[in-house]
Amino acid sequence: MNTQELITTYGPRESMAYDVVVVGAGPAGLATAIRLKQLRPEAAVVVLEKGSEPGAHTLSGAVMDPRAMNELFPDWKERGAPLNQPVTGDDVLTLTETGARRIPDWLVPRNFHNHGNYVVALGHVVKWLAEQAEALGVEIFPGFSAAEVLYDEQGRVKGVATGNQGIGKDGEPTAAFQLGMELHGKYTVFAEGARGHLGKQLLAKYALSEGKDPQSWAIGVKELWEVAPEKAKPGLVVHTAGWPMDRSAFGGGFLYHLEGNKVTLGFVVGLDYANPYLSPFEEMQRWKTHPAVSAHLEGGKRLSYGARAINNGSPQALPKTVFPGGALVGCDAGYMNAARIKGSHAAIKSGMLCAEALAGALGSGRAHDELTAYPEAFDKSWLADELQQTRNFKLWFKKGALMGQLMTGIEQWLLPKIGIKSPPWTLHRSKPDHEYLKPAADCQPIVYPKPDGRLTFDRLSSVFVSNTNHEENQPAHLTLKDASVPVTVNLATYAGPESRYCPAGVYEFVDDAGGGQRLQINAQNCVHCKTCDIKDPTQNIVWVTPEGGGGPNYAGM
Amino acid sequence: MKILVAVKRVVDYNVKVRVKADGAGVDIANVKMSMNPFDEIAVEEAVRLKEKGMATEVVAVSCGVAQCQETLRTAMAIGADRGILVETSEELQPLAVAKLLQRLVEREKPDIVILGKQAIDDDCNQTGQMLAALLGRPQGTFASKVEVEGGRVRVTREVDGGLETVSLATPAVVTTDLRLNEPRYVTLPNIMKAKKKPLEVLKPAELGVDVAPRLETVSVREPSTRKAGVKVADVAGLVEKLKNEAKVI
Repeated sequence: MNTQELITTYGPRESMAYDVVVVGAGPAGLATAIRLKQLRPEAAVVVLEKGSEPGAHTLSGAVMDPRAMNELFPDWKERGAPLNQPVTGDDVLTLTETGARRIPDWLVPRNFHNHGNYVVALGHVVKWLAEQAEALGVEIFPGFSAAEVLYDEQGRVKGVATGNQGIGKDGEPTAAFQLGMELHGKYTVFAEGARGHLGKQLLAKYALSEGKDPQSWAIGVKELWEVAPEKAKPGLVVHTAGWPMDRSAFGGGFLYHLEGNKVTLGFVVGLDYANPYLSPFEEMQRWKTHPAVSAHLEGGKRLSYGARAINNGSPQALPKTVFPGGALVGCDAGYMNAARIKGSHAAIKSGMLCAEALAGALGSGRAHDELTAYPEAFDKSWLADELQQTRNFKLWFKKGALMGQLMTGIEQWLLPKIGIKSPPWTLHRSKPDHEYLKPAADCQPIVYPKPDGRLTFDRLSSVFVSNTNHEENQPAHLTLKDASVPVTVNLATYAGPESRYCPAGVYEFVDDAGGGQRLQINAQNCVHCKTCDIKDPTQNIVWVTPEGGGGPNYAGM
Repeated sequence: MKILVAVKRVVDYNVKVRVKADGAGVDIANVKMSMNPFDEIAVEEAVRLKEKGMATEVVAVSCGVAQCQETLRTAMAIGADRGILVETSEELQPLAVAKLLQRLVEREKPDIVILGKQAIDDDCNQTGQMLAALLGRPQGTFASKVEVEGGRVRVTREVDGGLETVSLATPAVVTTDLRLNEPRYVTLPNIMKAKKKPLEVLKPAELGVDVAPRLETVSVREPSTRKAGVKVADVAGLVEKLKNEAKVI
């Protein structure tokens, strides 16, 4: 049965009216809710979160610039925000297969300077933000996914509906079936993170990306380690360029020392890579074997694993963020400073700007219109300046590592020295990431080393420590527009790239009875990174929300 | 008929726990917590008895830190009418919990107390039995079926040899096994309603119970990891390994 049939049979759905409905309890969504309650305590604000608790689906580096947090809670220290570890040192390394060269401090472009920032577990920050929001009277409902945007007769967003629970694998209701619920808001704010499933629908419906560059993406694969006390260097921030990426693919590593002998590290690969044999997961595993990386981890133990797609977020690709009845904030819109490898401050700031517009609109009794004050405020904000200033960074690197280094040096090092804040030129790109894959026949297969189970691991043992779980008896939430395409196109032309770019082993080509191969989707492994939705060459894979509460249970990732 | 259900807040069953570096216990800082699954089955059973008209009120009880209120709200979202939290930040062992529950049973006078047979964190499987003993009342443990008839409770128990059915005079203590029922989904409307249900908070001292731990944890260790297997070339190789390496033949 489809949702309409279910509503006819079991409905109508219960509904509840709020002033503002927020989708997603991450930094952006919670900042929206918090700022709105600070300005307008009487506002009724509800936040839906598909993870089992706030922070359960949060994954980030993360080095946090506290600028936005200072504005949201000037007393965040007294309130006990888990920004515990100031950055104590910045290492930018260029790796070759066996060697590493540290870029001298005076030559490091300013976007890589992290003095004054904090090494955090963003999941912990989110959990703390959720406590602050609840103390202000925000209602947060974790374990409930927003599955559907609701529109009124004039085509304006009037809210969202939560997903149905208890639908079996066959799509039919089980004995435990429960219909979803409608949450209506004067305004609905979408803060789902990069490649939000509803955000994607809104971008299409209201043509919000028209006239903009296509968004570009990357996948970050991350691990959390506990290291021996003598190896801990709390506050040390390391970024690496070069090996194991060759010149044709864009990517780099990060390794941050947290408090409590913890090290968080990961590898980011641009999703415009061309060779379908590339595997971001295995690049990350291989990267760890470099002496400059493994030296930090020796004798340590891996605690957790996860992955997430990231938008590269240059302002050239930033969509219109408002539409009748709602707005996009944080990574759902594409606020991210890829050059500084940071987005949480942008997420918080964008949520605050949106909340300020919401408070004004609610104050004058408006509803369901366009919050134009939000993009206007953004244009005047420090966030807009900051993003403009680094807008070409990724695009120069896409022209090759040498060009990237040279032009970043000019834009982020030389120009500022002579008083020019923002470069006078702007680069553009026209092709979306999924169009960059080359046929497998034109590419060289990549042979990755086997995992040793101590420093390097396979996918399944990795997913295990992400605490990922989905109710088994439910339809796969990785849906295919055309079930034949994975074999006729993806496997035939591109050697089945989804089995490599998926960091959780969701996609597997297995032998079928007829001597050929078929795609098996292990949906219960999915860590909700959204890479498949982005990179699938014909955009045949559509990620939808599974039953609420499913997915990873990250503890401080 | 009134039913008292005891619920415990434990580390979520999806979380892979980790022994602290100093071996003093399991690291639960910032990990997801939720209701012990066996207790969820207990709440579900109590609510079903109420829905069948067998019970008039379902009271959920939890003992532990302030956040156990969330666990009680979940119980109330499933259908419990009200909640009682005995709040303490002390480590609670089964005997202390049983004593707290004993006092609450004396105060609330339920006809049936339903508990999970064990909690998935310490796997003790003691509280229900201790409570029955302290109260001097009959117990039906590891229930796979619970029926109420003529002021008695019929409990079908899962025992090694099969199923055993006992008939208990009330008040009685029942502990749930995995196959008793499948708890329902907690729906958003019910969570919203549960926020408005009454929740009383007590301290152990108000019940006159000393909850100080009686047992000392000596050490906590992770299970040893399984060694990777090896492939042998032929039967002779296998026999050789079994004889000289495994020393089993």
